[in-house]
Amino acid sequence: MTDTMNDAAFVEFQRVQKSYDGENLVVKDLNLAMPKGEFLTMLGPSGSGKTTCLMMLAGFETATHGEILLDGKPINNIPPHKRGIGMVFQNYALFPHMTVAENLSFPLEVRNLGKSEREEKVKRALDMVQMGQFGGRRPAQLSGGQQQRIALARALVFEPELVLMDEPLGALDKQLREHMQFEITRLAHELGITTVYVTHDQTEALTMSDRVAVFDDGRIQQLAPPDQLYEEPENSFVAQFIGENNTLEGVVKSIDGNTCLIQLDDGSEIDAVPINVHNPGERTKVSIRPERVEFNKDRLHADAHTLTATVKEFIYMGDVFRFRMSVAGNDDFIVKTRNAPDAIRLTPGQEVEIGWLAQDCRALDA
Amino acid sequence: MTDASQNAGPMLAADGTPLKQSLARSLRRQKLRALMLVAPLLLFVMFSFIIPIASMLFRSVENSMVQETLPQTVEALQSWDETSGELPDEAVYDAFVRDMVVAVDNKTHTRLGSRLNYEETGMSSMFRRSGRKLGKMDPETDGPFKDQVIEIHEGWGDPNTWAIIKTHSPAVTNGYFLNAVDMRRTPEGAQSQPEDKQILIKLFGRTLFMSLVITGACILLAYPVSYLLATLPMRVSNLLMILVLLPFWTSLLVRTSAWKVMLQQQGVINDTLVWLGLVADDARLIIINNQIGTIVAMTHILLPFMILPMYSVMQTIPDSYTRAAKSMGATNWTTFWRIYFPQSVPGIGAGSILVFILAIGYYITPEIVGGTKGVFISNRIAYHISSSLNWGLAAALGTILLAVVLLLYWCYDKIVGIDNVKLG
Ligand SMILES: Nc1ncnc2c1ncn2[C@@H]1O[C@H](COP(=O)(O)OP(=O)(O)OP(=O)(O)O)[C@@H](O)[C@H]1O
Ligand SMILES: [Mg+2]
Repeated sequence: MTDTMNDAAFVEFQRVQKSYDGENLVVKDLNLAMPKGEFLTMLGPSGSGKTTCLMMLAGFETATHGEILLDGKPINNIPPHKRGIGMVFQNYALFPHMTVAENLSFPLEVRNLGKSEREEKVKRALDMVQMGQFGGRRPAQLSGGQQQRIALARALVFEPELVLMDEPLGALDKQLREHMQFEITRLAHELGITTVYVTHDQTEALTMSDRVAVFDDGRIQQLAPPDQLYEEPENSFVAQFIGENNTLEGVVKSIDGNTCLIQLDDGSEIDAVPINVHNPGERTKVSIRPERVEFNKDRLHADAHTLTATVKEFIYMGDVFRFRMSVAGNDDFIVKTRNAPDAIRLTPGQEVEIGWLAQDCRALDA
Repeated sequence: MTDASQNAGPMLAADGTPLKQSLARSLRRQKLRALMLVAPLLLFVMFSFIIPIASMLFRSVENSMVQETLPQTVEALQSWDETSGELPDEAVYDAFVRDMVVAVDNKTHTRLGSRLNYEETGMSSMFRRSGRKLGKMDPETDGPFKDQVIEIHEGWGDPNTWAIIKTHSPAVTNGYFLNAVDMRRTPEGAQSQPEDKQILIKLFGRTLFMSLVITGACILLAYPVSYLLATLPMRVSNLLMILVLLPFWTSLLVRTSAWKVMLQQQGVINDTLVWLGLVADDARLIIINNQIGTIVAMTHILLPFMILPMYSVMQTIPDSYTRAAKSMGATNWTTFWRIYFPQSVPGIGAGSILVFILAIGYYITPEIVGGTKGVFISNRIAYHISSSLNWGLAAALGTILLAVVLLLYWCYDKIVGIDNVKLG
């Protein structure tokens, strides 16, 4: 959760708190440091305070407590229009009474750029998002995806060093979304822009970001690169929130360095890596990814603990087989295997022994 | 897309009928139902609005009274040259007596007298006084009439009298409209009214000018209030809204009378100014019974009609526009002027049209606080309807007012565009 606050941090939240009504803290003790050029995603359920953080950074809300630093300087007292931060809003916020080109030229006009320079930059920005021939149109005459691209171009046209995007792809269909995800990351890296991206779509977060900050309840639950977030969740919220996850509940029996023995509620025992458990007797939630579960005996360690599972459902998904099993009292235990030539197709009702490598199984907070 | 459908000719539905036709058929039931739903209102509007307006338009040119009351006289006058300066011959007097005998019998001669009195004062009493004697004559035996008639009232010996009857004899006249623009119908054609009777054009001008001033004042006062209403948190803005709507719950007459109390020379405002020492006691401001009084009171009364459309438009302007503008580096003023204001223009347009059109036809308030210098054309119309009973002139004035409003509306559409008006 805590990132080492290096001196090179470009954006920094220090112990930031925010309350709208003086009764509830919407953001509680936020600490975050971003180096220049990083693409950071804020991911979290609805109402977890993501937009609030973005608005504080942009200057439209003031932090109730704490400091926000931009390039080492506190910005709490700088008005929004002097912060030089590009923004893409969830509903695009393209000015309806201006053409696309006028929209793009607006930030340049308020910076008193000359006409020819403005035109050139607008053209370049439009070409960048492949909307060159749409300069004369009104926003209402564009499709959702086109508006989205214009909003992006407008946020980038004045070459800000920091760009904030609040669920910019929320309204797009899946295909366009994937295309735009690619475009946004490409542009951000090409132009070397520091980006804070807000979404509640975890796939989007994992595919686009250098690092992901998982928000819940006004706090960052984990801040890590996507692979680490998926494979090494630090608490059960993150494990549940990111990707598909199986949870088994039990009590810690013994801890031995990097492994521990867990007794599940039905009495069976499994090995796990202790993450958030420290003493025997603690309750824990054990997390295991569906694709790490193994029921082919040959691939398991000889001394590995195994559980007996009853197959409830078999779902054919093309590239993978997905089984729903009943394991240790959990009826929604999911197992996935790749559709390889030697893959075993289990049938509902069948009983199998399942197991996994101890390092894939993480004992988290209860 | 459009090219394709143009080239392919009319589209066909599955059963081969043109698509448009089968669409129309399927929509017919819907349309019929819609029509039934609006039918009560439609009938109400027909009878209480469209028909009265049509009758007003008709009245402004209708002039059958002379012809109906004096049919033979009118016909006999055809051969008389009114520019000769000579009296018509015996045939006209003969026809006149025949007509009058019938008219006196039906008691229509006094109405004709009042009608012609609009054109020349004195006509009314002339008809009334000579009516009795003329009615007693026997057209078959008592002739010749010329001298007898002139004997009864010397007015009948004035060629001008006959010229007026002839000039106003056509069943359809432009006379009322000429009157409405300070002109009149004379034997020599349309001419301006004498100086001292020229008041209507001035009144039209004043009505337009004051309505514009009132609209302008309303815009200036309403804009900040609407902005506040639209941006404040819901709870506060609802309270403010009630304050805005409060005047609606008070009778118009009461509000206007309150202004009378406020504005008169011994009124609250003058008293306060004198008490503060800003105005000398013997030089109290005259702010009632003149244009200032009308403008102040009407601005107050029409303000909600400006605030409501403005508010409803401003409410739909999302925060994110101004935020986006500021994030791009625009100062508060630039953001307002370049982003917020243009989007609020439809509200200003809707409010202005509403206020202006209401103001231009306003009657009660100018009547009470306007004195003589602050009255509107509608007060004149009311006067002609209820006091002078010259309904034709009233109708002509009303028609001109309607035409002016429509013309302004058309101009507005050309300049601003009527689709730029949003009432909600
Ligand atoms: N202007 C405001 N006044 C009062 N409370 C607010 C305001 N804006 C947000 N909140 C509250 O703050 C909390 C966090 O809101 P925020 O908009 O930051 O959530 P979010 O993470 O962006 O959610 P979403 O994914 O739905 O956009 C919510 O509980 C919300 O009700
Ligand atoms: Mg949000």
